[in-house]
Amino acid sequence: MAKTFQKPESLTDRYMHYCPGCTHGVIHRLVAEAIDELGIRKRTVGIAPVGCAVMVYDYIACDFQEAAHGRAPAMATGIKRVRPDLIVFTYQGDGDLASIGMGEIVHAANRGEKFTTIFVNNAIYGMTGGQMAPTTMPGQKTTTSPMGRNVDEVGMPIRIAELLSSLVTPGYITRQTVIRPKYILKAKEAIKRAFAYQVEGKCFSLVEVVSTCPTNWGMTPVEAVDWAEKTMLPYYRLGDFKTPE
Amino acid sequence: MGKVLMKGNEAIAEAAVRAGCLNYFAYPITPQSEIAEYLSRRLPEVGGVFLQGESEVAVGYMIFGASGCGQRVFTSTSSPGFSLMSEAVSYITGAECPAVFVNIVRGGPGLGGILPSQADYFQAVKGGGHGDYHLLVMAPDGVQEAVEMMMMAFPLAEKYRNPVLILGDGLIGQMMEPVEFPENLRSEPTNKDDWASNGMATRNSDTPNLVKSLFLDPRALNDHNLKLKAKYERMMREDLRYEAYNADTDYQALIVSFGTMSRVCRTAIDALKRQGIEVGMIRPQTLFPFPEKAIHEAAIRPSCKVVLSIELNMGQMLEDVQRAVLGERPVHWHGNAGGDIPSPEDIMDLVKSFL
Amino acid sequence: MSYQFSIDAERCKGCGLCLTVCPKKVLQLSDTVNSVGYYPVYRARPEDCNYCGLCCIMCPDVAISITEIQSTKDQTEVS
Repeated sequence: MAKTFQKPESLTDRYMHYCPGCTHGVIHRLVAEAIDELGIRKRTVGIAPVGCAVMVYDYIACDFQEAAHGRAPAMATGIKRVRPDLIVFTYQGDGDLASIGMGEIVHAANRGEKFTTIFVNNAIYGMTGGQMAPTTMPGQKTTTSPMGRNVDEVGMPIRIAELLSSLVTPGYITRQTVIRPKYILKAKEAIKRAFAYQVEGKCFSLVEVVSTCPTNWGMTPVEAVDWAEKTMLPYYRLGDFKTPE
Repeated sequence: MGKVLMKGNEAIAEAAVRAGCLNYFAYPITPQSEIAEYLSRRLPEVGGVFLQGESEVAVGYMIFGASGCGQRVFTSTSSPGFSLMSEAVSYITGAECPAVFVNIVRGGPGLGGILPSQADYFQAVKGGGHGDYHLLVMAPDGVQEAVEMMMMAFPLAEKYRNPVLILGDGLIGQMMEPVEFPENLRSEPTNKDDWASNGMATRNSDTPNLVKSLFLDPRALNDHNLKLKAKYERMMREDLRYEAYNADTDYQALIVSFGTMSRVCRTAIDALKRQGIEVGMIRPQTLFPFPEKAIHEAAIRPSCKVVLSIELNMGQMLEDVQRAVLGERPVHWHGNAGGDIPSPEDIMDLVKSFL
Repeated sequence: MSYQFSIDAERCKGCGLCLTVCPKKVLQLSDTVNSVGYYPVYRARPEDCNYCGLCCIMCPDVAISITEIQSTKDQTEVS
């Protein structure tokens, strides 16, 4: 265990607007650490989503483009194709990637676009005020599923890591979480590995990160990480679903 | 290099390459898929980037990403496809990125048809997407002008950091005409280090560049809109283009028409002239900015009795012509939206019916 | 070698996650609110702290840091 701990250089000093206990902040830190450790900040371009993390460009100190809702993988494709030397990553929530942007992420992964996607799965729409997302759990109450997600009406939650790993094109698809320190350390490794594959120009990489949304789940931060562990992890199994090796 | 007989779509594709644009993302749609087919062969020859996207929606954002990191880029589509791109066009304009779009218009609305049409006029000039924005819209009347406008589009997009739209139609895309690619219209891409997200190392900078269109602060967003508005006023001052045809005569009728339809009118005007009937025409080459003043001055000429807005739709430019004429003369529409193009004889009869 | 432990009380939102991961129960929420309106965490029992860094890893706001300092003076908490 490293005895010292510092804010990574690629993370700005800006106060983060996220709600108390929201684990976006942890994921931002892991991405910033990966960028620092690979020494790629000056040639990295991030794509911000539409959602709580739209202002990720205030927190990670590299070039950014701000995508329309769900379109980040297409923008990343545009950049990576014309400037393959740039390191490109998208940072997206579950409404952004798994709902409106499903077409974009599936085809980018299938083309094997050599960028990295950080996909934050917190089972809800955060910024717009807690609506049901494709990843909302069965029976989970949201502002648009007040009686709980009725799987007979709207189907089961979508497991992106499994779905994308069924594509034949090689890639690195993994699911991690940041709800406990032990998981955070593994998530860091996976995120760094995803970026490393890109630095090698090897393949498309996506890290799905099970995350919390205390405010819209109607829980305290501590209750939220417990709920995520108890309810989400059995359904969203952690681990590597596909590796390019 | 002398003239080459080329299909409009392929000439438009080659014009982009000759202009110095080597990046193209697109989705197939009749009647302009030949542009993608041509470039899928041609761009690899010149070390360019060709990619067929999964939808026009995605393609719009591939354009945005590529342009946002400082590269010249264009796409081509047709009416329904351009509808799908209109969200991206609004974002690209809001983020002030240069990009060139080509719409080879087909009949609408809905699936409509695949024959020539000008029914996307409103979408092109009034802004098909959300928010206050305009595209610089150029409407060629044939393959040679399409080539020239295509080559001019890239430096214009960079001059204004705003998308430029080439509004063609199915006929221009599908017909063959002899063309040449003027060397003087080739241009070097401008340096974009002061705004593009092209990597801090690329511009040896320590401060990130951010390509975005979100302004949550109301004053900031209003100021941003005023900045965009100033661009459009500058376009009106510096890049308004139109052609006056037979307009130095004492014409009894004034036609306002663009693109393919204006060529038919030109033939009718020549034929009427031989019958001793003078008819003038103002042909907008840019649909935005629109030649209001030129049309107004041409309409109020004493000899002119009537103004005719002749277009392949149900009367869209008609409204802008009326706005230009300001009631000084009666303004009438004539057109067809199914894909049948009125013949010179139709136009001659139309004119005579008003005199 | 000794370490300097510091919590940026203005950055902390009092989410309490660090409390749950501290093996030595060193941390506690203060009862004085910061300028943003949160009750930041502080080390109630600094002597029990073994600088394992779990709180730093868990903190969503990267508000906690541990640095090495050369001096033998006992490290004091910088809030």
